Amino acid sequence: MSAVTSPARPASSGMSARTINRIVIYGLLALFAIFYLMPLFVMLVTSFKTMDEIQNGNMLALPQSPTIEPWFKAWGETCVGLTCAGIKGYFWNSIKMVVPAVLISTLLGALNGYVLTKWRFRGHTLVFAMMLFACFIPFQSVLLPMATILGSLGRFGATLQNATGFNFGLGNSTVNLVFVHVVYGLGFTTLFFRNYYEAFPTELVKAAQVDGASFFQIFRRIMLPNSMPIFVVTVIYQFTNIWNDFLFASAYAGTGDVMPMTVALNNVVNTSTGVVEYNVNMAAAMIAALPTLIVYVVAGRYFVRGLMAGAVKG
Amino acid sequence: MSTVAETQIKLTPEHDARPGATVRSRLQDLLPKIVLAPSFAATIVFVYGFILWTIYLSFTNSKTFPSYDITGARAYQRLWRWTFESDPPSSWYTSITNMGIFGALYILICLALGLFLAILLDQKIRGEGVLRPIYLYPMALSFIVTGVAWKWFLDPGLGLEQTLHQWGWTSFHFDWIKNKDFVIYTVVIAGVWQASGFIMAMFLAGLRGIDGEIMKAAQIDGASTFQLYRRIVIPMLRPVFLSAFIVLAHLAIKSYDLVVALTSGGPGGSAWLPSNFMYEFTFKRNEMAVGSASAVIMLMTLTAIIVPYLYSELREKQR
Repeated sequence: MSAVTSPARPASSGMSARTINRIVIYGLLALFAIFYLMPLFVMLVTSFKTMDEIQNGNMLALPQSPTIEPWFKAWGETCVGLTCAGIKGYFWNSIKMVVPAVLISTLLGALNGYVLTKWRFRGHTLVFAMMLFACFIPFQSVLLPMATILGSLGRFGATLQNATGFNFGLGNSTVNLVFVHVVYGLGFTTLFFRNYYEAFPTELVKAAQVDGASFFQIFRRIMLPNSMPIFVVTVIYQFTNIWNDFLFASAYAGTGDVMPMTVALNNVVNTSTGVVEYNVNMAAAMIAALPTLIVYVVAGRYFVRGLMAGAVKG
Repeated sequence: MSTVAETQIKLTPEHDARPGATVRSRLQDLLPKIVLAPSFAATIVFVYGFILWTIYLSFTNSKTFPSYDITGARAYQRLWRWTFESDPPSSWYTSITNMGIFGALYILICLALGLFLAILLDQKIRGEGVLRPIYLYPMALSFIVTGVAWKWFLDPGLGLEQTLHQWGWTSFHFDWIKNKDFVIYTVVIAGVWQASGFIMAMFLAGLRGIDGEIMKAAQIDGASTFQLYRRIVIPMLRPVFLSAFIVLAHLAIKSYDLVVALTSGGPGGSAWLPSNFMYEFTFKRNEMAVGSASAVIMLMTLTAIIVPYLYSELREKQR
């Protein structure tokens, strides 16, 4: 539409239709900006208010005497269920889960994408289609079998623990969640890398092959050095998805010390014992939101690109 | 040597003369498949195998623990009966009615708002670089955080209602989040807030891809701005509409966390979606077979939307 209201048009005097038009457009845009910013704004100001101010003051007012206390309390003291040691432990749970899950699923996705574009075999489209469809299933349809398998593995791990003194990670909630997120993230990571490598010149791969470079040499020396943008996109996408996951987290690590951040936050907010400390709740929500928000602010361009790549398939 | 794959087939016999090299080159030839195999096997087992397992469970009478005796389609019969139990509404009736309301409104409003904002932003706006990220950032938040934020904002005693009362509009009344008939609409509000910015970005990318010459030509022909959009631009955005619809439908059917965080299920489970129904029946109410049957129905619904889309997308690519 940029062509229509082209600035080349001679400016007329006074409040022309065009000026009014512009005012309306900017007004609407500003209004929507307020709509999108409001909840975050309210969350942020509330997290810096005292309880007294929250109960007697206005939701939209800036804090009269800003205090960082709620943040400290959320981090180190607030009650999650019956344990009152803040959300810091759960924050680390999420970090311990998200880092390996993102790295493993991204690396596997890169290898898969490489095979599916540069080492094609009969039926490669079917393989890809089957992996792609897996991204879209409602996870409710695999939730229960996975719970059963993880339960069995946990019992097996306990047996191993008794026999050898080491459970090899079986039955460990973090390991379980990493496994689940890798398995159900593979479709997306493969999709990202496949589409990216599809546009990568196959001639280069062929030339290297003629020169005697092996499968992994080509991957390491030719593909990887040229994959930085898609790595960033995939890592951000996976990080956001896994950090924000609630369904798997609540089904496989829903109680006790092993909960990831999202489940812990939900418990903090819905804890009904004692006075509800809204400022602490909001601070906890902000802490839970910060990692992905920071990623968004720092690398928004890549974040959007990832979303788009996930949306426009094929 | 048209493709790499063909090269392998040609190379293999040449190496047959040297047995040591044969094993090596065979291994080299197999390597790509060996690398892909674990991922593909995991998909087969943990996606397709597990889906079959869930379907199997839905035909048993599993309660708290899985039982593996097929007892027929009882779970589906119960769901079918509950589908028409509207007074008092069964949990399943509530869940699928909510899915209809939420799905329709969420998709329509996100599409309309996304398109509207994209068109506004495409008018050579100063500060577009500031506005775009503001519209889009909710997509980076988890549904849990979104739920917490909106729960606070919509709470009658603390949020919007209270604020407007303080500003003097004392007759203002807004308690949807506590009202069993309206709570699902608060889920729509929060859902739209989260996803519409992303839909805007999709439409904006589509608008930027339209050839400016076409618009100029239409303008020279005397088309008004409104006509230009209605007759030329919006029809050209059809592929974006389709992609956006798929994304939104997929998000809507999967929505689970938002209902939990925003409403804790609503008064008496009045905000449940089928995903919540499945979770509650499987893990809380010890009706595993019914939970599995509802999961199968969710999967079928999504499959009906996704498979034709993926099929056409992948075919187009091959051509």
